[in-house]
Amino acid sequence: MTTMLSRTAATSRKLAREERRRRLGPLGVLTHVALLVWTLLVMVPILWTFLASVKSEDEIFGDAWSLPATLQWDNFARAWDQAHIGQYMLNSIIVVSFSTFGTMLIGSMAAYVLARYPFRGNRAIYFLFVSGLAFPVYLALTPLFFVVQNMGSVPLIGPFIGLNTYAGLVLVYIAYSMPFTVFFLSAFFRTLPTAVGEAAMVDGASHTRVFFQIMLPMAKPGIISITIFNILGQWNQYQLPLVLLQERDKWVLTQGIADISTAAGYDQDWSALFAALTLAILPMLVVYTIFQRQIQSGLTSGALK
Amino acid sequence: MLFNRYRRGLFITSFLAAPVILYLVYVISPYIQAFYIAMTDWRGVTATPGFIGLENFVRLFGDRVFWKAVTHNAALLVLLPLFTIVIALFFAFLLNVGGARGVTGIRGSQFYRVVFFFPQVLAVAVVAVLFQQVFRPDGSGMLNGPLMALGAEPIGFLSNPNVAFWSVLGVMVWQAVGFYVVLFSAGLASIPRDMFEAAQIDGAGRLSLFFRITLPLLWDTVQVAWVYLGILALDVFAIVWVMTDQHGGPDWSTTVMAAEIYRNAFQYFRFGYASALGVVMFFFTVGFAILSLRLSRRERIEY
Repeated sequence: MTTMLSRTAATSRKLAREERRRRLGPLGVLTHVALLVWTLLVMVPILWTFLASVKSEDEIFGDAWSLPATLQWDNFARAWDQAHIGQYMLNSIIVVSFSTFGTMLIGSMAAYVLARYPFRGNRAIYFLFVSGLAFPVYLALTPLFFVVQNMGSVPLIGPFIGLNTYAGLVLVYIAYSMPFTVFFLSAFFRTLPTAVGEAAMVDGASHTRVFFQIMLPMAKPGIISITIFNILGQWNQYQLPLVLLQERDKWVLTQGIADISTAAGYDQDWSALFAALTLAILPMLVVYTIFQRQIQSGLTSGALK
Repeated sequence: MLFNRYRRGLFITSFLAAPVILYLVYVISPYIQAFYIAMTDWRGVTATPGFIGLENFVRLFGDRVFWKAVTHNAALLVLLPLFTIVIALFFAFLLNVGGARGVTGIRGSQFYRVVFFFPQVLAVAVVAVLFQQVFRPDGSGMLNGPLMALGAEPIGFLSNPNVAFWSVLGVMVWQAVGFYVVLFSAGLASIPRDMFEAAQIDGAGRLSLFFRITLPLLWDTVQVAWVYLGILALDVFAIVWVMTDQHGGPDWSTTVMAAEIYRNAFQYFRFGYASALGVVMFFFTVGFAILSLRLSRRERIEY
C-alpha cells in the first residue's frame, strides 16, 4: 500500500516538474552564458598576467594580446633575485606563521575564558575586544608607529620588537586580529557542551589541561575556519607593514609587489613585474584550489554568525 | 574549596594576561592617543606637539582635498554595496535556483563558485598592480589593446579624472562579488526547497520567485552584506594608494579618507592634522555601524 502510494507520488511529482520546466522556458542556456561572462571577467586578467610574465620587454609594450615569440623564463629569475620577490616571500612566510600561531593561541585562550568563566569584568573585557571590530585602523596609525618605535627602546628585548623587526610586526598583527578572533571563537566555545570538561575536572584535570586537551580539540572546526581567515588576512595585509617596516630587506610580499610598479621610473623592469605578479598569484591559486572548500567556509563563516 | 577558587582565578588571569596586555598596548592606547594628537600641531618626527584645541578640525572643513576624499568614500558607500549585492544576488540565484528543472542548482555550480571566489583570496595590493597593467592607457593594455584594434580611442582608465573613480569601483566590485555569491548561496541553501516548489506550483515565474521568495528570505544576509561592504567602502586604502596615479589622482579624482590620513602622516609628517582626519573617519565609521544596526531592526521571517 505504502509503496504504491509513494510510487504515484513520485510520478505526479515528475509530471509536475515537467510542467514547471515547460513554463520556465529554456533559461538554462542563458544562465550559463551569464555565468560564463563573469567567469571570463575573473579569469582573463589573471591569465593575461601569466601570459605577459613570459614575454620580453618589447612584447609587453607591443600589442597586449600577442603571444610571446620565445618563452622568457628568466623573467622569473630576475623577479626572484633582483626584484627580491624571494626575500619578500620568505619574510611574509616568517611573519605570518608566527603571527597566525600567536593569534590562534592567545586568541583562543581569551575567547575560552570569556565564553566559559563568569567573573566580574568579563563582559567589559569582551566588549573591549569586540569594539575593535568597528574602529578604522587608520586612526591608530600615527600613534601606533610611535608605540612600536618606543618598544624599540625597551631594555633587553627592545631591538627585537621595535620598528623594522619581524617580531614587532607579529605582535601588532596579533593585537589587531584579536577583535574578530575573540568574537568568533567565544561564540563557538559557547556552543560546545560543558559535560566533558566538567567530567575531566572531577577526575582531577587542571583548568589549563581541560582547555588544551579537551576544549581545543572539540573546537577544531571553528579553530580551522578562523585560522584560515587569519592566515589570509595577515598574508594580504599591506597597510600595517607599509608603516612599520620601512627597511627594504624586511619588507613583506605585498609591499614588494606594490613597490615594483610604483617606485622605479625609466629603468623599470616590466617583464619582471609580470613575473613577480605571477609568483604572488600562482601559489595562492594552487593553495586555494586544494583548500577551496575550507577557505570559502572559513572566510564566510564570520559573516553568517 | 578556597584553593579551587584561587586556582580558578589564577587560571583566568594567566589566560587573559597576554591578550589583554597586547591589545591595550597596540590597539586601545593608540586609539586614545590619536584623539589627543588630533588636537595638537605636531609636525615632524622630532618636534614637540603643542595643544591647539580644535584648530585642525576647523582647517579640515576648508580643505578641498579632504572634501573630495569624503565625497569619494560616500559615493563608494552607496555604489559598492549596490553593484556588488545586485550582481552577487543575480549569480547566487542563477547558481541555486536557475537550473533547467526550475528550482535546482545548475550543473557546474560548484565550478563557478570556485572561480568567482578566487579574487577574494588575493591581496588587494596584488590586485591593484594587476589592474594597473590591465588598465594601461595604450595598445599594450589588456582592455585598450582590443579597443584600439577595433579602431576606438583608448580609454584613460586611470589617467582620465572622469573615469578613474569608476575604474577603482569596478576593481572593488570585481574582487568582492565572489565572496557574496558564496555568502548568498549559503543563505539560499538554508531556505527549504518546498518554498520554491510551492510558489512554482502556484504559478510563480522566475522573476516573482526572485522578488517574492528569494529576496525576502535572504533579507538578513543582504543586510549583513550591506554592512560589510559599507565598512569596506569607508576603509578603502590599498587599491587607491597602489593602483591610481599619484596615490589618489589624477587631480585627486580617486582619493579617499584613508589615503589622505596616510599621506598627511607619513609623507607630510603632519601628525596632528592626520589624526584629526582619523577622528573624523572614526565617527563616520562608527556612525555608519550604529545607523545600519538601527535600520536593520526589520521583522525577521521565520521558516
